[in-house]
Amino acid sequence: MPPKISPLALFLAFSELALSGFGGVLPFAYRTLVERRRWLTSEDFAKLLAFSQVMPGPTVCNLSVMFGYRSAGIGGSAAALGGMIGLPIAIVLTLGIAWHEFGGLPPVRRALTGMSAVVAGLILATAMKMSRAVPRHAIPISLSVVAFVGVGLMRFPLLAVVVFVAPVGILLAWREHW
Amino acid sequence: MTSDSGESPFWSVVAPMFVHFAVLSLMAIGGGVVMVAPDMQRYVVDSHHWITAEQFSAAFALAQAAPGPNFLYITLVGWEVAGWAGAAAATLAALGPPAVLSITMVHASTSRAPGRLARAIGKGLVPISVGLVFSTGWILLRGSGSWDWRGATLALIAAAIIFRTKINPVWVIAAGAAVGVAGFV
Repeated sequence: MPPKISPLALFLAFSELALSGFGGVLPFAYRTLVERRRWLTSEDFAKLLAFSQVMPGPTVCNLSVMFGYRSAGIGGSAAALGGMIGLPIAIVLTLGIAWHEFGGLPPVRRALTGMSAVVAGLILATAMKMSRAVPRHAIPISLSVVAFVGVGLMRFPLLAVVVFVAPVGILLAWREHW
Repeated sequence: MTSDSGESPFWSVVAPMFVHFAVLSLMAIGGGVVMVAPDMQRYVVDSHHWITAEQFSAAFALAQAAPGPNFLYITLVGWEVAGWAGAAAATLAALGPPAVLSITMVHASTSRAPGRLARAIGKGLVPISVGLVFSTGWILLRGSGSWDWRGATLALIAAAIIFRTKINPVWVIAAGAAVGVAGFV
């Protein structure tokens, strides 16, 4: 269990790690919570992360909410989440407003086009890294392909995939078909 | 924003968007909120024409370039769709339901080992999440404003760099902006 931590300390720590987190907050969460503040052991962090990942929604925000709640109750979870998202939201909206003001200028437009293509590549790389966790077996590979074709190519609603494909995957996994 | 004349109507835009995003946020298990981007794009671009595919891809790219959690593209999409009310509604929809579940989880969780059903759920959903994250990359590329061989080449080079090295992605995004300004895409 983490020690009791004041909401202000939580807010400051989560603000710090969120603002360090260019291109992914998780490594900075580990650095701040485990190595610098020593509020968690690395085993506790791994356990907290595992819980955050099985919950729906943004992983790092779930982690903030759970850690804040365990440290200082509802106020703590609000403080940790507020630190995690407060300044980043202000920055993102500032970028959005700037883009609206200057997005018509050709260099800005071209920069955004280049960034968009690169970010698409970045997400594809994330998918490639994630696919290491998929066993080289016909059933799990088919599940990936069906999800990609259905949502990415055919543009079916995600809900349809969740309702029809997910139960099949879970059932086949339950019966240990791979 | 859908128009320059003012805020979008609450009941016809903000409220339905909030409900749709909240449902999506609850479906984002295993791959984070990045994997619900294709459905979000389908909803705000294809079904309702609130914003264009190019706006969606740009909002996603801007959010990735900023520090902080990468779900913030949802805030920016909400802002694009319906101004400040849209930004607030989209953010609350993304965070609220999972936050409530997370707090419930703290109460429920002990150091129980995951049961057979929990393991089957994890094992069965991982391949689907992977397919959905591939979908996100695909629709972002389609909407990136450079949907031709040059844009695809740039995306594949970026993917290879991120996949092969441990470089901070923000530098690769900055390089992408430079390549764009130079007029290569």
